[in-house]
Formats: sequence, C-alpha cells, structure tokens
Amino acid sequence: MVGEGILKGLVETARNFFGSYVGKDRLTTVQYPEERLPQIEAARSFPFLVYDGPDWDKGMRCVACQICEKECPPKCILIKKSADKKPDAVGKPQFYPAVFNIDISVCMSCQICVEVCPFDAIKMDVDYDLSTDDRFGDLLLDKERLAKSNEYYNAIHPTEAAAVDAHFAEERAKAEAKAKAATEAKAAAEAKVAPAAQEQPVGGETQ
Amino acid sequence: MTQALDQIFVLTKQWLLGFVPASAQPICSAILSVVPVLIGFPLLFAITTWLERKGLGRLQNRYGPNRTGPYGLFQPIADAIKSLTKEDIVPLTADHTVHFLAPVLLAAASFLGYAVLPIGRNMVLVNMNAGVLYFFAVGSVVELAVFMAGWSSRSKYSLLGAMRAIAQMISYEVPLVLASIVAIMQAGSLSTVAIVDKQAGYTGIWPHWFVFTPWGVVGFALFMIAATAESNRSPFDLPEGESEIIAGYYIEYSGFKFALFFLGEYLGMFATSGMAITLFLGGWSAPFSFLTWIPSYVWFFAKLLALIAGFIWIRGTLPRLRMDQLMSLAWEFILPMALLNMLDAGIWHFMPAGVLRWLVCTAIVAVPCVLLGQGLKRNKKFQVRTYQFAK
Amino acid sequence: MTVTFLILAVITVAGTAAAMGLRNAVHCVLALTVGFAGVAAIYLQLDAQFVGLTQIMVYVGAVAILAVFAIMMTHTPLPAKPPTYSSFWLLGSVVAAAVFAVLAWAICSSAASTQGLPPEPEVSVQQIGDALMHQFVLPLEIMGLLLTAALIGAVVIAMDRREETK
Repeated sequence: MVGEGILKGLVETARNFFGSYVGKDRLTTVQYPEERLPQIEAARSFPFLVYDGPDWDKGMRCVACQICEKECPPKCILIKKSADKKPDAVGKPQFYPAVFNIDISVCMSCQICVEVCPFDAIKMDVDYDLSTDDRFGDLLLDKERLAKSNEYYNAIHPTEAAAVDAHFAEERAKAEAKAKAATEAKAAAEAKVAPAAQEQPVGGETQ
Repeated sequence: MTQALDQIFVLTKQWLLGFVPASAQPICSAILSVVPVLIGFPLLFAITTWLERKGLGRLQNRYGPNRTGPYGLFQPIADAIKSLTKEDIVPLTADHTVHFLAPVLLAAASFLGYAVLPIGRNMVLVNMNAGVLYFFAVGSVVELAVFMAGWSSRSKYSLLGAMRAIAQMISYEVPLVLASIVAIMQAGSLSTVAIVDKQAGYTGIWPHWFVFTPWGVVGFALFMIAATAESNRSPFDLPEGESEIIAGYYIEYSGFKFALFFLGEYLGMFATSGMAITLFLGGWSAPFSFLTWIPSYVWFFAKLLALIAGFIWIRGTLPRLRMDQLMSLAWEFILPMALLNMLDAGIWHFMPAGVLRWLVCTAIVAVPCVLLGQGLKRNKKFQVRTYQFAK
Repeated sequence: MTVTFLILAVITVAGTAAAMGLRNAVHCVLALTVGFAGVAAIYLQLDAQFVGLTQIMVYVGAVAILAVFAIMMTHTPLPAKPPTYSSFWLLGSVVAAAVFAVLAWAICSSAASTQGLPPEPEVSVQQIGDALMHQFVLPLEIMGLLLTAALIGAVVIAMDRREETK
C-alpha cells in the first residue's frame, strides 16, 4: 500500500512528541550552563604548563628547550629562553622560559607539543568555557595564565599524571642516590688522598 | 451578540470610515483592509517560527528554544533583532540591482495572494470574479523572484538552487491547479467567496465541506502535497537542501534580505494553506453546526494552525527526496491522480445522490491510487547511475 | 485617459523599451517581464480579469521563465562590451515607422474608433467558459489536439536522445 511507510514514520514522531512531555528520560539534551556532562579523562582542549610546588614561577617544569615551538603545526607557540638558569624538578640547573605564549585561537588541539615534550612540562587542559569578548587579548595566553599546578593536572588526568609523578619520583630517587654516592665517594676520596679527589665531584655532577 | 462578535472587524472598519470624508473613503477603506493583513500574517510568521522550532525539537526528543523568555517565547524577537543588525553583504560580482530587487519582489508577491482569501464572513480584501485564478497567477511571480535571487548572486550554489526551485515549482504547479479544479467544478465559480458559501450548509451537524467527498479528500491530499512542494518545504526542500547546496538560491543573502526570503517562504506556505482551507475545508465555516457561535475568523485561523502543525509534523518525519523521485512522484502519481479526480468529480456531479454514488466515486479514485502506488514501488531499479553530460 | 492608465502605460512602454536597449540579456528578459506585467495591469484596469490574470500566469509565470532558462543554458552572461548596432538600423527604423503608421491608420479609420465607446460589457469568467464550451468548442478542441501533439513530440524527442547515449 502506498504511503504506509510515511504513516509509520508519522506515528513514530508523534510518539516522540507526546512522549517527550511525559517521560523526561526521552530528552537527551543536557542543559549546558546549569548541567554538565561528567568529564572524560581523555578529553582535551588546549595545552597548559605544569608547575610543582606552591609558586608557579619557580616550580615551572618547562626548561625552554623550544621543541614544542618547533613541532607545533600551526605555529601558535612563542618561547623566549631565559639568560640565567635555575634548578628544575629533578634539581638540575636549567634554563626557563622568559616568555611562553600560546595563541589558542590558532591552536588546533593536536597534542603534538605534549607528545614531544621531554620534561612532561606541557599537558592538555580540559577547560572549554573559553569564550570571551576580546578575541585578540583574551585568547593569547601568557606564561602566567598557562601555568597550572600539578595537583590540577592530577585532578583532570589522574592516570596519566600518576605515571608522570612516578616517573619523576624515580628520577629524583636516582638523582638523589647518585648525589649520595657522589658525596660518599667524595668523602672517601677526601679521606684517602687530597690531591686525587679534585676531579671526581666534577665527573659525578656532569653525568 | 454572536453576530456582532463575528463581524467585529467589519463593523470597526465601517465605524472608523465614518470619520473620514466621502472622497477619501475608498482609499481609507483599502488601507484599513490591507494593513491588518500586512501586520497579522507576519506576526503569524513570527509565532510559527517559534512553534516550528519547538515542535521539531519535541518530534526529535529535544527541548527546542527555551532560553529567551518563558518557554523561549521571545525567540522570534531575538531573531528579528539579530537579522536587522547583521551586516548586509552583497557579493562583489553580484548584479546589485537584481540582487536587491529579488527579496522585495518575493515578499511582495507572497503578500498579493492574501487579497482573495476569505479570512472570515464578509472578510475578504477583494471579492474577485476570478479569485482562484488570481491566486495562482500571483503565485507564479514567486518563481521569477527566485530566479532573480539565484542568478544575480553569481554563485554556483545559488544558481543550482534557483534552477532546482524553478523546475520543482513548475512541475508542481500543474498538479496544484489540477487538484483545485475539482472544487471549482463543484462550486461552479472561480470566486473564493462563492466556493466558501457553497460549503457553508450543514446536514444534521455535519458540514458540506468538499473534503468529505471521495474526490474532495483526494483533491485535498494532492493539493497539500503539491503545496508542500510549491513552498519548498521538507521533504521537497531540494532547492535549499542545507547538506548539498547549503541554502540554495538565497545563500548569498544576509541580514534583513535573508529574513525577507524566510518571510516570503512562510507567507507562501500560509497562503497555499489558506487556499486549501478555502477550497476543501469550508473556509471560515465551523466544523459542526452547533459550533457556529464561535466567530468565523477564529475557525479560519484554527484550521490554518492545524495545517501548519501538519507541515511541521511532516518536516520532522520525512527525509528529503531525490530529484528523480520528486519528478516521478509529480508526473507518474500526482498528475494522473489529479486528472482522474477531475473525472471523478464530474461523475459525482451527474450521479444521483446515494450510497451507489459514494461507492462508484470511491472506487474510481481508490483503485488507481493503489495501482499507481504499486507502479511507483515497482519502478525502483537499483543500478550504477550513468550521467548524460558528466563523462 | 486616467492617471492610472498613464502610469501603467509609462511602465509598460519603459519596460519594453528597456528590453530592447539593455545590454545584459537577463536584464532584457526582466525588463520585458515588467512590460508583460504592465499589459496585464492594463487588462485588469479594463475589468478584463480573466485575460489579465492569464497574461500574468502565462507570460510572467511561464514565458519569462522559459526565456530566462534558455539564456542560462546557452551562454554565460558576460556583459557585452560596446553597444552593438545593426548596420541596417536606418532601414529597420523605416520599416518600424511604416508598420506603426499602417497600424495607426487601420485603428483610426476603423468603425470602432469613430463610433465612440460602447457601454462597458460585464464579462465574467463564466461567460468566457460558456463561449469556449459552446460557440468555440471546435477551435478549442483543435488547439488542444495541437498542443497534445506538440507535447508528445517533445517527449519522443527526449526519449530518442536518451537511448542514443546508452
């Protein structure tokens, strides 16, 4: 019979129409500003810089190696290396970024900067409420706005952050063990012969 | 009291006309008749956009607009402000004059059809001798406006959209007119007022609407299908298919010109629905004899809203047709049915009233309907498509 | 001669003149449509509703669209460069003037124009229908047959072409 399928479709949509007023479970819409979907761990929006400890400027993990700047496909990262050095997460003295800007109006959220970072300093954020009425100023994030604590990173990506922290703890333990070994060796060397001990602490430090 | 309420607009107009000198009365009378139509139907358009978005939302298990005002009621106002404040962009290579004239002509042509629609008892702008013919004549001007819009934009999408739109409108104008002929045959007049008067009586409580006859119901169905295609609404929205040619002939329009196209489209839909009401659903007459105390214009707008709800329901249900399906539906199903329906109406006119007339006339339309429907299904061949010009 | 007639006449003449004078072919068709609409309005003003509305339906709704389609199918609408004048324009204008003179003479010397206006007849669509179905039924049928033949011919031509390409 001609038109049978049309009638079936009409009945289906009519059922939707009345059903959506009766049963709220039919409505799949999430009323966004009031309700939000639960955050998915793998979600990502734009990159941010991780810092350790209470002070964002001192604890910044980034060492201004500029790999991310070079790898970034749309070239939205700008880094200026500092002149002096300060100790990094493991304790080695390193450069730090004097300027670190990301233009998130250009960024395409590809996560390549995160993949290439050897210091686990740059990670992907999950914040998506980024709309603003100043499209030039407010979308160009500087170092201060990019810096977010390790606790925040642990909150948004727990599994990943735990792995990173474990890795850092291992590194730190290794470094400490090495430093301890070095000091012990130094002490032993000092105890033995004073002139021969001159080279050893230097070798231990550079390894 | 009922009488006064029914004629309240007519009486108000006459009362107002009493204040102007006799020499200015014809022009004042015209203005007083036209201005309410020019205000009322755009208002209905505003309400319909809200109804449509809400209704479509619910048909698809969504909320629809619910942010502006209670239940999103101020959404049309927000839309109007937005379209008025938007930048009016004209493409650099566009034909500026024609580009400007197209939406104006479209909106104007869409308004012209309302001149012959009887909105209520004694409420028609012009009681024209050839009212139905006038309606279809001004309807054909819309095609020209669509062409002007599509051609002047100098964009391939708008040109494609315009060509699709014109091909579709021309194809469906034939069944539209042929479907309406049965009502004209029965009423013996092209005047819309005479057609409504013919349907005004009651048998018991049942009205004499043309839709309650075998040829009437078929005519009404064919008319509504053709009207859907004429107003480019889903499932016949190929000329403006968003997923293929973005918005068809009005892609290069923005701001208020775009709003004018939207207005014209909806006004066209209301006008053809109004014509369907006039031809088949008894115009402003009440559906039962005991409901005649409700004013006639209320019935007209109630029927109009019911038809609009039907349009929205259809839009929320059916997917878009392909071009060849559209054409084969028009020429292989609707056109033969409309022609047969004319024959049926003639037989109905000459047979004596009774059960036999009902049986014969129902059989004449029902049997071919089933056969043609099977023909439509059988002709489906799934094969690799070959194109004549694209090799 | 009323003001309305003057306005409509000016619109009609301007539209048709523009149809000849404009460079862009699509503009010409649109201007011609204005001329058609003006003629239809004059018919309506003379109370010839059926003729006027048929004029709109056939000429504005169908002929103009057909012309526009033909132009779109045949060439890309680029604006023509210099105004092209036929080398026979002098001869052409002489012929046009002669045709106009003959027509004017025929109208002025006919009996209808000297008699003065007859009382305005009340012509309804019903009367036209009666006349077509009774007095002129044979011409109407022949016309219908001719159009049907043309339609079938068009279909046959279209079908032939389709089979050739297969």
